[in-house]
Amino acid sequence: MRTVNQRGWLFVLPVLLLVAFNALVPLMTVVNYSVQETFGNNQFFWVGLRWFEEILQSERFHAALGRQMLFTVTILIIEIPLGVAIALAMPRRGFWVPVCLVLMSLPLLIPWNVVGAMWNIFTLPDIGLLGYTLNNVLGIDYNMTQDPFAAWITVIVMDVWHWTSLVVLLSYAGLISIPEAYYQAAKIDGASNWSVFRHIQLPKMKRVLTIAVLLRFMDSFNIYTEPFVLTGGGPGNSTTLLSIDLVKVALGQFDLGPAAAMSLIYFAITLAVSWLFYTLMTRDDR
Amino acid sequence: MKPRNLVPIIYILFLLLPIYWLMAMSFKTTNEILGGFSLFPQDFTLDNYRTIFTEPVWYWGYFNSIFYVSLNTVISLVAALPAAYAFSRYSFIGDKHLFFWLLTNRMAPAAVFALPFFQLYSSVGLFDTHLAVALAHCLFNIPLAVWILEGFMSSVPKELDETAYVDGYSFHRFFITVFIPSIKAGVGVAAFFCFMFSWVELLLAKTLTAVDAKPIAATMTRTASSAGYELGLLAAAGVLTIIPGAIVIYFVRNYIAKGFALGRV
Repeated sequence: MRTVNQRGWLFVLPVLLLVAFNALVPLMTVVNYSVQETFGNNQFFWVGLRWFEEILQSERFHAALGRQMLFTVTILIIEIPLGVAIALAMPRRGFWVPVCLVLMSLPLLIPWNVVGAMWNIFTLPDIGLLGYTLNNVLGIDYNMTQDPFAAWITVIVMDVWHWTSLVVLLSYAGLISIPEAYYQAAKIDGASNWSVFRHIQLPKMKRVLTIAVLLRFMDSFNIYTEPFVLTGGGPGNSTTLLSIDLVKVALGQFDLGPAAAMSLIYFAITLAVSWLFYTLMTRDDR
Repeated sequence: MKPRNLVPIIYILFLLLPIYWLMAMSFKTTNEILGGFSLFPQDFTLDNYRTIFTEPVWYWGYFNSIFYVSLNTVISLVAALPAAYAFSRYSFIGDKHLFFWLLTNRMAPAAVFALPFFQLYSSVGLFDTHLAVALAHCLFNIPLAVWILEGFMSSVPKELDETAYVDGYSFHRFFITVFIPSIKAGVGVAAFFCFMFSWVELLLAKTLTAVDAKPIAATMTRTASSAGYELGLLAAAGVLTIIPGAIVIYFVRNYIAKGFALGRV
């Protein structure tokens, strides 16, 4: 039981100040822009909710949002089960455990633009290892700078490469917290591998999986640097995810008002979906 | 060897392939890279690395990155420790809302805030300093650190706090000499994640710096556009960005899995 103690606020104050400084001031700036029109020379005109209406009706936004959702759903469907499966297959103790963990964590620690550049080099059709193998050894016609489908596959494989390890680490942490006695009891009862997974391992992994799904959702929905460096959003607009489109509007065309309105809509969607996940996945706890 | 061991092995091979290619590229000359496909460097060279270690633009990039990342890790942990303690031990007005609000800051797309961040840090005179990047990265690292530490602290029985008071410890002394050591695995895990997310982030770091605090990753993108396309040099710089992370993960390797399991996360 936690005691009621308003001194808690004092303890939270430093965090509150630091985060509020970084969160509230920029957020208010964005809100401020989102209701105004600017012509670049520091003149602003009040336009009310016009940008919001325009964006919610614009086909460009719908298309980017559609691509973004397709991307996020695809990588969640691949990364979560794959991560759990790899964690289940890993050894539980011994020399190989730290070796596996260190090697698996490597992709997580590479700066995001290096990840993009690395996959770019890796997939170049004539001089990249993957591109060369596909084209000249396996005879598959592969060029992601021209073929939108190939670009999509590449962006998704890159994300799976980059982030599945996070799911593995978290699931593995959940798995090794299960006492040996649980497995012995299951063995005595003659439980199948599936029922061990379903009734012992999965419930124990629930909390860490909640974190994994939430983190992967938030980060993949906000993804920018890696696909931008890898494909630049192309060919055409085929891999222009929400953030990439947003930066194009904000910095490319310098349309601050519409860009700000777009970011607020974007933020609201992320917030709503995360809250939904959070509530659904922690529902049984309280 | 059991067949199921193949799963992690194949996965690790898949992870290492692009990294191998980056390394192979870093030991090749530009001519060899552009001249055609070769699985191993034919004309092995260390020139790419030599350039990085001798030109100040390059090696200062590494110092800058390491400096602001370490600063951010320290600030995040120092601020997050008491906050996590409050969330774990006390109930106060608005605590649940505050906790979720903290988490929402991880959801804000960094691309959205790039321009306002630039304006904010310019107006307080911190633009192009290490402190600016370290503070900006608190936006997503502090919530994560609070989240992780709160889990660990909640797994420490409350009797520990009570016994310490009975023994006459002041709160400060108890917190620093008894409580923090008892969750050092959690501090290790939180430090690892702060380091990791600050090290890999580029968009804000690049927006908030120009010359004096320019991170290595930004040096790489600017060189890519200005000096033609020196793939070998870029590959060498890329390989060197993996190393600090690899060192950190080596130190926390035993905590990383155990740590999360203990936490109430």
